[in-house]
Amino acid sequence: MKERLKMFLTFFKIGMFTLGGGYAMISLFEEEVVRKKKWIASDEFLDIIALAQSLPGALAVNSATYIGYRLFGFTGAVLGCLGVLLPSFISILFIAMAFHKFQSEELVVKAFSGIRPAVVALILSSVIKLSANFSKTFFNMTAVLLSVLAVAVFDIHPIFVIIAAAIAGYLFFKGEHSNGSDH
Amino acid sequence: MEAIIKLFLTFMKIGAFSFGGGLAMLPLIEQEIVDVHHWVTPYEFVDIVAISEMTPGPISINTSTFVGYRTAGVFGAAAASIGVVIVSFVLVIILARRFIQIKDKPATKFVFQGIRPATLGLIMSAAISIGKTSFLDWKSILIAGMIFFLLFKLKMHPILGIVLAAAFGILLY
Repeated sequence: MKERLKMFLTFFKIGMFTLGGGYAMISLFEEEVVRKKKWIASDEFLDIIALAQSLPGALAVNSATYIGYRLFGFTGAVLGCLGVLLPSFISILFIAMAFHKFQSEELVVKAFSGIRPAVVALILSSVIKLSANFSKTFFNMTAVLLSVLAVAVFDIHPIFVIIAAAIAGYLFFKGEHSNGSDH
Repeated sequence: MEAIIKLFLTFMKIGAFSFGGGLAMLPLIEQEIVDVHHWVTPYEFVDIVAISEMTPGPISINTSTFVGYRTAGVFGAAAASIGVVIVSFVLVIILARRFIQIKDKPATKFVFQGIRPATLGLIMSAAISIGKTSFLDWKSILIAGMIFFLLFKLKMHPILGIVLAAAFGILLY
């Protein structure tokens, strides 16, 4: 019981400090789970991150669920998952309550008029960062272009874009794979 | 009760198809909560994204909590948040042991080689769509330009960027 509580609190702490997306929290997880608590060996940790990235959903939640499951079975998975997401759940709940009250205050309206365009700047700078380690092959460029067109211009549901990209990737790279390995 | 079930199911759908990190999920979240269900306005959607960038935790959890609370109070927030994680939670438990074998199968690699560039396209679409909502006059374009310069050239922290943008907003509007 004590061990489970300790795990819950560790993930709660990680959840509290994960600002700026899942990747920022990988090093926090590694520090706590691999180095300090030695719950998971470092090569298994890499597999966990690979699994968490491949499945749908947030990286932090997926990793916490897996580690909890590995340590204490189903209860551990529930505790790990709750631990990592409760801090954001609680903080957003308070913000949502406050936002409702202050939303129409003049100062808040003005502040958000400045914040909204900054969100575009924020997303664009991550697009540029992400494209830096992205190989500019014919397939990749076409897939990027088509998915932008589909969603932003033709208003196609993003779920269809994901499914189509998965099928296209499978067919294209499977063909390439079997052409390249005839020997 | 009906509202709570609808929140749960909608966020379950969002959670099931969210690949490539928080920003890649934005078009999907926007489509569902703004266009399909009209739970929030396009402006509120951008505000939620900004708030998510400043608070801890994954953007999916932040959005589901915010929208769920807005629509059906604390229970709505809980239903939406459980909905957004339930699919990946179940998949993690089912695949925990088998994943190591599946990971190295060529088919898995091919599928992800296809999804990866599409998620970059989805993030770009989010920028376009949020730009349409946010760029209303020359002041907003000026603010975006300044913040972009600070983030990209001077490597400013995103939270500081948002705080500065709020200050610009108060000064300029």
